[in-house]
Amino acid sequence: MLTLNINGKDQELDVPADMPLLWVLRDVAHLTGTKFGCGMAQCGACTVHVDGAPLRSCITPATAVAHGQKILTIEGLSTDGSHPVQQAWAELDVVQCGYCQSGQIMSAAALLAKIPKPTDSDIDQALSGNICRCGTYPRIRAAVKRAAEIG
Amino acid sequence: MKRHLVLGTVVLLGLGGYASDLFAEDQEALKAFGTVQKVFQSPRCQNCHIPGDSPLQFDAGIPHAMNVVRGMDGKGAAGLPCATCHAESNPPASYGPHAPPGAPHWSLPPAAHKMAWIGLPSDKLCAMIKDRASNGDRDFAALLKHVSEDKLVLWGWNPGAGRAPVPVPHDIFVAQFKLWADAGGPCPVAQM
Repeated sequence: MLTLNINGKDQELDVPADMPLLWVLRDVAHLTGTKFGCGMAQCGACTVHVDGAPLRSCITPATAVAHGQKILTIEGLSTDGSHPVQQAWAELDVVQCGYCQSGQIMSAAALLAKIPKPTDSDIDQALSGNICRCGTYPRIRAAVKRAAEIG
Repeated sequence: MKRHLVLGTVVLLGLGGYASDLFAEDQEALKAFGTVQKVFQSPRCQNCHIPGDSPLQFDAGIPHAMNVVRGMDGKGAAGLPCATCHAESNPPASYGPHAPPGAPHWSLPPAAHKMAWIGLPSDKLCAMIKDRASNGDRDFAALLKHVSEDKLVLWGWNPGAGRAPVPVPHDIFVAQFKLWADAGGPCPVAQM
């Protein structure tokens, strides 16, 4: 039995210690906003925050984040889609197919928490590990800047 | 006069013997440095001891995927730290051969002292390791501790599947490093 703090709540979950956090989130905690892409930290679709920093949940054993760390998923970013990154994403209609966007948004939110007014270079460096098959990169970069304005 | 000649001869012979002793010790130490170089310039070490800001990966030393960067503190970009993908330890074997490896404080040297020794000839590598202005102000004792105990350094001998470990056993490397350091860290002469 592991205790994981997910989106502000401690949850006792009966999962194997080496189960990837992504499996725990999706299949056990039923938080399906975080997506499975490649399963080996190559695409960024599974990005969540742990203690405010981005983390690829697909290659993170559950036990590694069961020591009081605060896990934040896309569901916990805001209760009503009002996080500045979510607002900017909607305003600029960033999403095409949408599959990667949960990861994109979590990476963008982690970047803005560290660098409130990021340059193009900051944005490229932070999001270069989040792959978008639809190629929405120009809108993603514009939306990160818009989110910085919204604050 | 004759006495002076005898004395002079004795002194010269003595100095000569001392010099050949010194030389012998240096030879041992220089040989030991050869082992140090072999370790430092193995892929496990030199892939992150690079002059630019983009680390390398795998035994072939190809550019790291996703254009990841060093960052000022060596721990990656502010928005994409190394720890996003590199955990405190290697992933469980059940995660397959392609999950990123991990060790505590996964990082490159900081931007202020990059310790970029990839491709350096032995004399320059030797000088860089000893130079406290570039090595994070480490004296020989601190250097020895670093190569003996640092957990990220030790990862080089336990790199997980798909990566060759450092080609010299760790205990032999540390012994050779100590031999070289105890001799005052003599450096090979530049090859012309």
